[in-house]
Amino acid sequence: MDTSWKAISARATTPLIYLVLTILWEAGTRAFHIPGWILPAPTAIFAMAKEWAPELLYNTYVTVRETIIGFVLALVLSLPLAVIIAFTSTARRLLYPILLGLQSVPKVALAPLVILWLGIGNWPKIVIVVLVCFFPILVNVVAGFEAVPKPMMDLMYSLRASKLAIFRRLRAPIAMPHLFTGCKIAITFAVIGAVIGEFVAAQEGLGYMILVSTAQSQTPLAFAAILLLTFISIALYYAIEFLEKKFVTWHP
Amino acid sequence: MMGEHPAAIVSSAAGTNAGGSWSSETAAIELFGVTKTFGDGPKATPALGPLDLAIETGSFVSIVGPSGCGKSTLLRLIAGLEKPTGGRLRRYGDELDGPSRKVGIVFQDHVLFPWASVLENVMLPADVLSLPKAAALERAHWLLELTGLKDFAGHKPHMLSGGMKQRAAFCRAVLADPQLLLLDEPFGALDALTREELSLELSRLWQELGRTALLITHDLGEAILLGDRIVIMSDRPGRIRLDMRVDLPRPRDVHTMKDPRFIEIHQIARDLLFTRQRN
Repeated sequence: MDTSWKAISARATTPLIYLVLTILWEAGTRAFHIPGWILPAPTAIFAMAKEWAPELLYNTYVTVRETIIGFVLALVLSLPLAVIIAFTSTARRLLYPILLGLQSVPKVALAPLVILWLGIGNWPKIVIVVLVCFFPILVNVVAGFEAVPKPMMDLMYSLRASKLAIFRRLRAPIAMPHLFTGCKIAITFAVIGAVIGEFVAAQEGLGYMILVSTAQSQTPLAFAAILLLTFISIALYYAIEFLEKKFVTWHP
Repeated sequence: MMGEHPAAIVSSAAGTNAGGSWSSETAAIELFGVTKTFGDGPKATPALGPLDLAIETGSFVSIVGPSGCGKSTLLRLIAGLEKPTGGRLRRYGDELDGPSRKVGIVFQDHVLFPWASVLENVMLPADVLSLPKAAALERAHWLLELTGLKDFAGHKPHMLSGGMKQRAAFCRAVLADPQLLLLDEPFGALDALTREELSLELSRLWQELGRTALLITHDLGEAILLGDRIVIMSDRPGRIRLDMRVDLPRPRDVHTMKDPRFIEIHQIARDLLFTRQRN
């Protein structure tokens, strides 16, 4: 009884803090008569969100679609490349320094160029998402393939294991937690990438909605879109963490 | 002796015995003037030798030496995981060329894969060497039963105690029925009680499996208890200071350690280890 109460109160702490902060926010905006176009009260945001629900929902769908397609494409592109880099020393010597150099390019700065090259459809946004997701996944997976402890390598060598067997039995499982680390970083970047793309040129998506609503001083709507983006980020992050817990059940 | 248990099934079916069986006169391992130096130029540090050593087929040889004397290097050379700087090594009469599938190794730190179950870990050599699965599985279960791990086959290594992990590592090392078993301080990471228990168990298992074994240890009691022969090495660069037959009857147990002959051998070896004069 006592322990279950403790468990409940421990679980309730964070939501309670959020609730208190929201109430303070509401009270603050009312007490200091802050204009709604500067900082809208939570109730105003909620009312506006309700009014614009269909548009918000549709634009959420657009942004989530760009984010997920871009993320999956980045995964599909970076994994084989990581395998090639881990397998062939030539590729490692030639490709890896270039990739590490490209990683340092601020991808967000490329957004206008991508739009210039690809126009203003869905693809430029997806390409920006791919660009921001690609490197964290690649770098983490390559590091994962190489994180094999020497005694485990000796064990495989002592069995005269082929490169393929070493990969399948040792490198791939060792790299799994690294892959998920990369994915968790990438998915957070992915949402940012999608919004940046929508900022630069778009006719739909939550980023576009923020841009348009702030331009029209509809600040509560912008806040609603920002909150939705935050929820998307959190939800996608936890979805990956959920998969990680399912697939990586071992302790190092 | 081997015909009765699944060992024979695996080795004959997989052809691991394809090289033919060796007569008892053939040495399992022969070393001629073997040296190992790490690094080169002015920074070169001689780690081992020159060293001559022969290990008879079917015997259990214990190599004892102070830490850093190169005894683990010696094992890695015999395993084919490292190349000697000088001299020659032969395994069953053949010039040694890298690791062999006929050699099983128990490493100091169990080296079990944390993502795989105990059974999957034990089955690793079968996977890598593509042994017939059914026979290998049968042998894996037999080995797990023999080492008291039957009920832990599905467990992940982190759920096992240190001693159990090392038992699982032993099962993996002997799964493919290697002709030669190399034990690199297999009890090094265990507490004293578990060490003693496991070394007696190993002695029993070795008799059951009847294979050539080479044990590297810094524990003299363990070396004598297990070995047909003890080889004592000097400080770095490791050379052989004493090569002595352990004429204690088998099977050996806790009482063996109270045998006057055991105490005598222990005394001789101990004096030698402690005087630390270089030869």
